[in-house]
Amino acid sequence: MAAAEALGAARYFTRWYKADVKGRPCEDFCVLQHSNRICVITLAEAHPLLQPGKTITSINYQISPNCSRLQNKVSGKSKRGAQFLTELAPLCRIASSDGEEYTIYSFIRGRLIEVNENILSNPALLQEKPSTEGYIAVVLPKFEESKSVTQGLLTPEEYKEVLLKRQNSSSGS
Amino acid sequence: MSSLTEKDRPIVQLLLSAGTCPRCIFRFCRVGSQTLYRHPYKDLMKDLKQFLEGNQEEEDRACFDVADPPCKRFRHGHTEEGADDLNQNGVLSQIPLANDGNADVENSDVENSAVEVCNVCLGILQEFCEIDFVKKMCEKVNSSDFQFTSFVFSVSLPPQLSVREHAAWLLVKQEMGKLDLSLAKDDIVQLKEAYKWIIHPQLSEELGVPTDGKSLFEVSVVFAHPETDEECRFLATVCPDCFKPAKNKQSVFTRMAVIKALEKIKEEDFLKHFPCPPSSPKNLCVALEIQCNNGAVFVAGRYNKYSRNLPQTPWIIDGERKLESSVEELISEHLMAEFKADSFNFSSSGREDVDVRTLGNGRPFAIELVNPHRIHFTAEEMKGFQQTINNSSDKIQVRDLQLVTREAIGRMKEGEEEKTKTYSALIWTDKTIQKEHIAFLDDIKELKLDQKTPLRVLHRRPLALRCRIIHTMKSQYIDEHHFRLHLKTQAGTYIKEFVHGDFGRTKPNIGSLLNRTTDILELDVESVDIDWPPALEN
Repeated sequence: MAAAEALGAARYFTRWYKADVKGRPCEDFCVLQHSNRICVITLAEAHPLLQPGKTITSINYQISPNCSRLQNKVSGKSKRGAQFLTELAPLCRIASSDGEEYTIYSFIRGRLIEVNENILSNPALLQEKPSTEGYIAVVLPKFEESKSVTQGLLTPEEYKEVLLKRQNSSSGS
Repeated sequence: MSSLTEKDRPIVQLLLSAGTCPRCIFRFCRVGSQTLYRHPYKDLMKDLKQFLEGNQEEEDRACFDVADPPCKRFRHGHTEEGADDLNQNGVLSQIPLANDGNADVENSDVENSAVEVCNVCLGILQEFCEIDFVKKMCEKVNSSDFQFTSFVFSVSLPPQLSVREHAAWLLVKQEMGKLDLSLAKDDIVQLKEAYKWIIHPQLSEELGVPTDGKSLFEVSVVFAHPETDEECRFLATVCPDCFKPAKNKQSVFTRMAVIKALEKIKEEDFLKHFPCPPSSPKNLCVALEIQCNNGAVFVAGRYNKYSRNLPQTPWIIDGERKLESSVEELISEHLMAEFKADSFNFSSSGREDVDVRTLGNGRPFAIELVNPHRIHFTAEEMKGFQQTINNSSDKIQVRDLQLVTREAIGRMKEGEEEKTKTYSALIWTDKTIQKEHIAFLDDIKELKLDQKTPLRVLHRRPLALRCRIIHTMKSQYIDEHHFRLHLKTQAGTYIKEFVHGDFGRTKPNIGSLLNRTTDILELDVESVDIDWPPALEN
């Protein structure tokens, strides 16, 4: 599935990864950055939510009593009114049937352009097509930060090594 | 001197002694005869002096009157104006002083007949009406090497001229008030108008073409007078709201702002700040620039683009060129050379991506050639230009190249939204397909799409959800992973996104219809259905 998905809309984007976010094992994310600096936030293939047997029970964009990502409204070319996100701003929380709850972060400093409302009505999208139709949100970094926002993230090759190490250590123990 | 009458005598006397030139005196005396202004300057001066001497005795008496007890006389004329009286007294007492000062200058002028720079026009209606200056303008026009059949002449005057004109008007108005006559500012012959009366026939003669207010060829001259540049300053303290700084403005003292302030300022305030009559300047105006400009001409046609590595317009990111050429450059380069234009503006009925070809009859375009030096070309010559463009590149071809009017270009832009376009797309599918999997696409008519602004343009366009229509589709099976799709769509539909779905942001899309992941490998525009510009015979 993941290999086939590499084509399609996502082929115009550069991939950046972050592994074990906030020290939580295997909570990996993938940012797809277009050459026009637009970033799409997605779950990486290794994320616990994408493992066989997981069932998503809820997706919540209300990240605090006063802040819902669904309230985000942008207008005009300059995207006025967008919520501004720092690297560790939460985008949503996703609960699974085994009682776990996962927080999805932005990873990218920038303006929140849109969140994916399609996964609310069809959570299966998130698991079936995590890097295309199951995306979490679209973020637009500041023009002057369009290069620096991905600093500290892993390239696909670096991420592959992380996955390999993970595999070795788990098979070794 | 038939145009001047007895009642003009005091005005002529007053202005001449204040250092005003004969043509400006005519203007304030409302002389409307164009030919009179064209008489040689020296003759005019001589005639004016004769006009005054014709009644030398009376004139002397008048001078005495002014010099001795001026206030009484003026007060007499203005008793009915009541409240203004005091202010006017205070001001009017200055006039004899100014007159006295200038009387000497005038006398010496009579003796040595050197031309004193006019205190109102600062030399515009003196030196700058002489044939030498006209010849200088002609040299500039001829060396600029323009093609033209008529011309329009425009003048830009320094703003302080309006202030001096205002002061002279107040002076003459007061003088006429003594005779219970009035003078509205509009009654005065405009300086620009008089200047054009004098220049037009001379310039027309030298250039060998008539003047025409609607001509596209403009000869313009910009005058400045540095010596008196500060004279507008006081207006900003009296009418600060007329002088608001704005970007693209070098100085707040534009001619329009000064005129507006002069309309608002009270007479007494003006006279407190500005000498009336205006002082005599030392220097003439300078002609800062003499410019020629030809109105833009427009060339239209249709283009084909056969390359998937050619953008429509130069593709520059962070000041760096991504690809060496563009459609607009390939077309315009040659036209720029033939029309000898300064610059061009390219527009078209929509645009295609760098990797998209435009086939069939091509896409309508128009090019505005700015300030062209050559404008007359036959249909045969236009055909030659088209041939040259087509011979110069394999990447594009042009047809129906023709001269059009500015208005006609509107028709191209009108069509942009409402007309249809047809495309051919080469599509890849992840899971295998058979003919029967895609045949149903042919039966779909008027398919409504909800299309969010594509991610690839979202950085420079507003986020919006647009409804677009795919009128018809026709599929052509190639192999288990590929097929070709011919589409007829509403203009403004993003085809690539309709094929790959843009993260589910275009719904439905080919992927969702086929229940597969799909991608677009190639896209061609087959037709842009606008019947403009008119087809030409080949």
